[in-house]
Amino acid sequence: MKDERLTERSVDMKDIKIAARGVQVYYGDTHAIKDVDVEIQDKTVTAFIGPSGCGKSTFLRCLNRMNDTIDSARVEGDIRLDGEDIYDPRVDPVQLRARVGMVFQKPNPFPKSIYDNVAYGPKIHGMARNKADLDDIVERALRRAALWDEAKDRLQAPGTGLSGGQQQRLCIARAVATEPEVLLMDEPCSALDPIATDQVENLIHELRQNYSVVIVTHSMQQAARVSQKTAFFHLGHLVEYGETGQIFTNPRDTRTESYITGRIG
Amino acid sequence: MTDAQADGRPEGRPANSILTPTRRMKRRKAAEKRFKLYGMIAVTVGILALVFLLTSILGRGLSAFEQTMVEIPVELPAETLDPEGNRDPAEMQRVTTFSYAPLVADALADVIAAEAIEIEGLEPSDLGGFISQEAAAQLRNFVLANPEAVGTTLEAELLAGGRIDGYMKGRVTMETAALDSNVSVEQLRLADALEEAGYLKTSFNWDFITAPDASDQRPEAAGLGVAILGSFYMMIVVLVLALPIGVAASIYLEEFAPKNRLTDIIEVNISNLAAVPSIVFGILGLAIFINFMGLPQSAPIVGGLVLTLMTLPTIIIATRAALKAVPPSIRDAALGVGASKMQSVFHHVLPLAMPGILTGTIIGLAQALGETAPLLLIGMVAFVREYPDAPPEGFFDPASALPVQVYNWTQRADPAFVERASGAIIVLLVFLVLMNTVAVILRRRLERRW
Repeated sequence: MKDERLTERSVDMKDIKIAARGVQVYYGDTHAIKDVDVEIQDKTVTAFIGPSGCGKSTFLRCLNRMNDTIDSARVEGDIRLDGEDIYDPRVDPVQLRARVGMVFQKPNPFPKSIYDNVAYGPKIHGMARNKADLDDIVERALRRAALWDEAKDRLQAPGTGLSGGQQQRLCIARAVATEPEVLLMDEPCSALDPIATDQVENLIHELRQNYSVVIVTHSMQQAARVSQKTAFFHLGHLVEYGETGQIFTNPRDTRTESYITGRIG
Repeated sequence: MTDAQADGRPEGRPANSILTPTRRMKRRKAAEKRFKLYGMIAVTVGILALVFLLTSILGRGLSAFEQTMVEIPVELPAETLDPEGNRDPAEMQRVTTFSYAPLVADALADVIAAEAIEIEGLEPSDLGGFISQEAAAQLRNFVLANPEAVGTTLEAELLAGGRIDGYMKGRVTMETAALDSNVSVEQLRLADALEEAGYLKTSFNWDFITAPDASDQRPEAAGLGVAILGSFYMMIVVLVLALPIGVAASIYLEEFAPKNRLTDIIEVNISNLAAVPSIVFGILGLAIFINFMGLPQSAPIVGGLVLTLMTLPTIIIATRAALKAVPPSIRDAALGVGASKMQSVFHHVLPLAMPGILTGTIIGLAQALGETAPLLLIGMVAFVREYPDAPPEGFFDPASALPVQVYNWTQRADPAFVERASGAIIVLLVFLVLMNTVAVILRRRLERRW
């Protein structure tokens, strides 16, 4: 508890993990992200909220260069991870994504066994020297994702056979297995029931001890529950960014206030 | 007005019970019924056509898998077959088939005498035509392979002549024989008498599947051996070339290539290539592989190359469709944990697309197996009696192919070849059904994993 309060208080003194300056994203002729500046802190949960189509997912996907897979997408501006420009031509997006993991909106386990799902990342990054190492990593990741108890007896069962909530936790286990420094979550609970959502939220709390977590969500209650910092996006602009408590109780921008009180969206 | 609004019914809709359909509803129902009827008619026509085709081919062709044999003792006199008397096959080779033919006729005459068969008007020359000309050649081959048999009497199984074979299968009758210069009514009577005496028997015709083609005069000896081997070699060439090239091209185009004007043009033209008439590929093969590159004519390698060109668009289109059908979330998931593009394709996308790729490939192969037109242009229609060697040299030896053999036999005058051609079609259909079954099984098996 004491720790908890300490982290709450020291939020502003934390290191900056990702710094974005003047980010513009275009899909063909559409200007999807307009001049966004944001600083994401280490060991903090940052929530992106805003109405549908406001660009929060797009911006999230810029942070580990997943937008590279979309041909028409073009990113301008400056995004730095620990002070290094991630759009530098020398950067290999594959290496970047090993450090900035991602969990998607729809649970998307590989059509392989639970074990193989979690072990895939560590395997391709050569993180395990032998089978025992790999078993360890898989167990640790599944424990962190609060899936170990349910999955330990059927590690060889297909991951696609799990329930929706379990699948999403499996995807989170898969993402944390590679020990990323930043975890991006794109509406991870939109397909889940309240119980599974609660489990995922608890998980996010735990992950914050080690990682910087960025979560896109449509649920303002969720943003209020899990995040320390909140960014409100509207029509491609970052309207307001600040302490979660301040955004929800005392928004500076009228648009933020309208959205939070349900007048726009 | 007020009533309607009170019911919550929109204006203009008459009040009536849901138990009685409205006129509009009846019309919609009728249209639906009509559409179902059209569909059923179409399906019935299709099934009838298939049944007709199968009965016609099976009716004509099944008898090709049976063959009438004459079992008679044949004397092998040493003085004619081995004039030097040293049983040396090299020297005995100088004795040609012409010297063996009288032995067969004599043997038949002996049997007729021994069984006291008397047929009015049976000429000695009829005996020569009763047994296939091929029989003498087969006898000679046997003697050259077993020189020690010379001087003994051999219990030989000899091919009956094509018309006699046809008579035993009911294709030739006394009436048609009376009009046919190749067979006489007396020969048919002789066949009846010999059958009664137990010298004629019908057995499964393995030679039809294993023997090479025979000349126009000897339909009873014609077989599919060379054609099956040639088709098999071509399929190997097609599989080895078209599968890797097609899959590699599709993966590149689907997953790696930038989407620009050039790839658009390539994409459209691959679809166009799939619609190019196959004979055009034959001309291309003739010009490039034979005239320019100097590969031998009638060779399975050239046929295989031409069929590869023809099959590639099919495989590429099927593979791209299979790759497209893999949900993008799987690619995202792989990239999200830090897999490279290549790893995401080979570890996740390709295994999921495999059933579709294999089905497309096997269907492409089946198409290639049944293709005739391009093979005509590169000389596969030639009359080939020699088996091609084992691969890889065999790819360059002349060979025939199943569909070309069908085409070849239907061109010949002797009606016995109609039976052979239908039999060859049955063999071809069996192979096609087998390949499609393999495609279905592979797809089931690979899909069942998850």
